[in-house]
Amino acid sequence: MLEAVGLECVRGQRRLFQGLSFDLAGGQMLWVLGPNGSGKTSLLRLLCGLLRPEAGSVLWKGVDVRRSPETFHADLLYLGHAPAVKEDLSSRENLYFGLAQMGIGVTPREADLALGEFGLSSRELTPARALSQGQRRRAALARLAFGADRPLWILDEPFTALDAQAVHLVMSHLAQQRTRGGCVVFTSHQEVDLAGHAVKRVQLAQ
Amino acid sequence: MTAMGLAPVITAVVWRDLTLALRRRSDVLTTLFFFVIVVSLFPLGVGGQSNVLRNIAPGVVWVAALLASMLALVRLFASDFDDGTLEQAALSPQPLVLLVAAKVFAHWLVSGLPLVLVAPLLGLQFDLPVGALGAMTLALLLGTPCLSLIGAIGAALTLGVRGAGGLLALLVLPLYIPVLIFGAGAVSATVSGISASGQLSVLGAFLLIALVLGPWASAAALRIALE
Repeated sequence: MLEAVGLECVRGQRRLFQGLSFDLAGGQMLWVLGPNGSGKTSLLRLLCGLLRPEAGSVLWKGVDVRRSPETFHADLLYLGHAPAVKEDLSSRENLYFGLAQMGIGVTPREADLALGEFGLSSRELTPARALSQGQRRRAALARLAFGADRPLWILDEPFTALDAQAVHLVMSHLAQQRTRGGCVVFTSHQEVDLAGHAVKRVQLAQ
Repeated sequence: MTAMGLAPVITAVVWRDLTLALRRRSDVLTTLFFFVIVVSLFPLGVGGQSNVLRNIAPGVVWVAALLASMLALVRLFASDFDDGTLEQAALSPQPLVLLVAAKVFAHWLVSGLPLVLVAPLLGLQFDLPVGALGAMTLALLLGTPCLSLIGAIGAALTLGVRGAGGLLALLVLPLYIPVLIFGAGAVSATVSGISASGQLSVLGAFLLIALVLGPWASAAALRIALE
């Protein structure tokens, strides 16, 4: 479903990678590996269409992602390096407004259920300012609970700042996405337990 | 969980920005008080001759409105850019142009509309006749959205640039000149007893042009800033 053809990425004076090709079928996961500064985030942003590739193209269902962005975005759930969590909004508001901007409407009850699942019950009304780093990540990741009709998930370092239990929770959401026939692309420095998952790897060099 | 259409998404964006403004009231009040104080300094500095005050009032109010709107502009996209919200907006199934328009509208509600509402009161300090106060309010009602829309282009272009505030002023203030001329002109005309309808029509035309081009140019600049 997702196909990269001969991707080349140049940031500033540095060529991060070139001739990068892969394809991802429904139900597959792609783990992007590489040292700091090797272009993992840039690759994810290329796949989303936020960055323009120096050469090559990214195809989703055979169509270039920059050609008809609005239809592509209706299939995409992206969690970036910055979690898009507003300091002055509560967890519930952050989840509601974050999803609304993605075109997904939720009721306060549904939002609270998802926050509860991500260990933020009784924190629904706490401003994100007062949450710990890990809790903020959890508030951002709670969007995954509503990603069922988005066939492509692109997650930048989803496991950062999470404890073991939360990592397990995110993994279970990734597994559900796979069984639905969706694709997942993610980066992670942590060794994650991917036993039983069909995982492709892309290794970026320094 | 339901899919959201265009109108609910736009409403949510406006509502979010208004909520954020309400949580950070000091930002909103700074703009308003800056406007009030700058305008009020002139009668104190110039003295009490009411004919002088009446003549300078249109220019003073409009220049103060321009500067106050500059003050608020720097924040328009900066926090969204820093916390990743802007990235999400660019990846929304709804067009970025309309999300930007929603943001500018919310921005005008908290930084432009208060100026319009308080301006007639400030006009009293300049001994403006009632007719001129009405014209001033109307001109500001048409002109301040132009300032927000034009300013949004500048705010988007200077996103992520060091010393963005100063650069923004240099970039945007010259573009405000037509709004200033016709906005102040509308008030001056009424003060000297002529109808302001011509100037107001031109301001209305500016607003329509800014409505069409502003969000579109801002969205294009934001996409470049995100690359």
